[in-house]
Amino acid sequence: MKGFILSLRSEFYKSRKTLGFWAAILLPVLIGLLVFMGFYANSAKMHGLPPAMLWLSFSGAIMGIMGTLLLPIFIIFITYSVNSVEHKADTWKTLFSLPIAKWSVYTAKYVYALFLVILCLMLLALFTIGYGNLLGMVKPELKFAGYHMELMLFQVYFKLFLSGLGILSIQFLLSLVWSDFLKPMGIGFVCTIAGVIMVNLNWDYDFWFPYASPMMALKSMLPHARHEHPKQMVIDIITNDVYVSLVVSAIVFIVGFYVVQRRSVK
Amino acid sequence: MVIQTEGLTFNFGSQTVVKSLSLQVPQGSIYGFLGPNGAGKTTTIKLLLNLLKTQEGSIRIFGLDFKDHRKEILAQIGSLIEQPALYLHLTGKENLLNRAILLQIPETRVDEMLDLVHLTEAAHKKAGNYSLGMKQRLGIALALLSDPKLLLLDEPTNGLDPNGIIEVRELLKDLVTQHNKTVFISSHLLAEIERMATHVGIINNGELLFQGEIKDLETISQPLVRIEADNTVDAANLLTKQGYKVADVNDRTLSVIYHSKEEMAKINALLNQNNYTVYSIHKVQKDLEKLFLDITQTPAK
Repeated sequence: MKGFILSLRSEFYKSRKTLGFWAAILLPVLIGLLVFMGFYANSAKMHGLPPAMLWLSFSGAIMGIMGTLLLPIFIIFITYSVNSVEHKADTWKTLFSLPIAKWSVYTAKYVYALFLVILCLMLLALFTIGYGNLLGMVKPELKFAGYHMELMLFQVYFKLFLSGLGILSIQFLLSLVWSDFLKPMGIGFVCTIAGVIMVNLNWDYDFWFPYASPMMALKSMLPHARHEHPKQMVIDIITNDVYVSLVVSAIVFIVGFYVVQRRSVK
Repeated sequence: MVIQTEGLTFNFGSQTVVKSLSLQVPQGSIYGFLGPNGAGKTTTIKLLLNLLKTQEGSIRIFGLDFKDHRKEILAQIGSLIEQPALYLHLTGKENLLNRAILLQIPETRVDEMLDLVHLTEAAHKKAGNYSLGMKQRLGIALALLSDPKLLLLDEPTNGLDPNGIIEVRELLKDLVTQHNKTVFISSHLLAEIERMATHVGIINNGELLFQGEIKDLETISQPLVRIEADNTVDAANLLTKQGYKVADVNDRTLSVIYHSKEEMAKINALLNQNNYTVYSIHKVQKDLEKLFLDITQTPAK
């Protein structure tokens, strides 16, 4: 356990100056800022909207960007960045010749990638709330203060996080095994596109495909998709696709562990 | 024995890279592991560090095996394999601090190491901007950071200038004599090993051709009679016709295999009788460079 904590500290220490780490912070700042500017510029069109609808369209704009394409791509990038630090420096051989158990090194890296995804999604939720309230202050005609959806936002992002875990484990393993960025990136990208197509076509078995999960998570919350009242957003966190994502994530994580245990370090 | 291997064999696919290697590295020695590029040195070091899984044979380090004592063994080893593995986006000091985090070593030790390898001034420069020699020195500092009992160094003087090479050599000698460490150092340069090693292992095509103390290597090298004469080529032809085995001829000297001092006197007399001027004649040990070439140039079986 001590080895795991030391490895995790080291992961933070060596990545704190890399784009991989800063992307988890900059991405939510930028998306939030861009949507904020869009709403600010178009505030006249939204004048008179009820506060609940304002919040739904504001947060929906951010979620829509993240859920459809950006979350899978962000996960592909983060998992690659955590492993590429070692590929680039040729440091796998030193990491695995330290008096630290291999599972500690492997798990610490995985948990660190997980942490960066949580950090990014958490900040997205926080910035959505922050930018929304700021918008209400600078444009008082937009009545953001009349409605609260903090809890709902955190639930949505939690569901998005769970739906991305399958992709995280698969991409983590691919990036661990291959030093070449194009391979994990290419596979991840093709699978993400396939996932988007599957969900758009309403394929019956799309929930079996982890790369389709984030988009399914979003779609499952849209009221019109559930034939419910259009002003209501229903959040059902554990759905079939989330189950599949969790199971795939656990299995691939364990497979990855055996790969690391048995693999020779070239 | 600090390192003891028996019948160590390793294959990459169908190619056998290490063949039935039995290493014996005594405590307190500087063991020079010599061989040309591609002889299997790095593979052997990776096997000793458990980075490659042992396929056949056994490895015992400090009398322990990796199966049950991996962490215990690795805690006492510092290593530098091939080119130093450095995080190029971090400074020299940060590279050491990162390792210090993993090994729970205080920062003062990091400063000591920087001082030891003369990188204190460049401590805050990114490792990516270091010269090859500086990177190599930082790699050595990383290997020494945990004050290990055994150092496994793969070609540690690669890229160092003559001063750097001397410093590393003196440092390693000092570690062995003053601090009772054991150093296992691989190289393809005999001269480098000759100057510091107490023990030598010579490997070629994955096979250990010689192992023993450095003085044993000198003993088995066959002595020569070195003759400085005025017309070495003709003199060599004469000696060959007379049944002597000429080992080497150049413009100034020729060398004949030594058998006895009486025979040496006969050679001298023979040359004089045939009007060759002999400036000097003496017995010499075959130099290690030559010996090494003789051993390693044996074609692969």
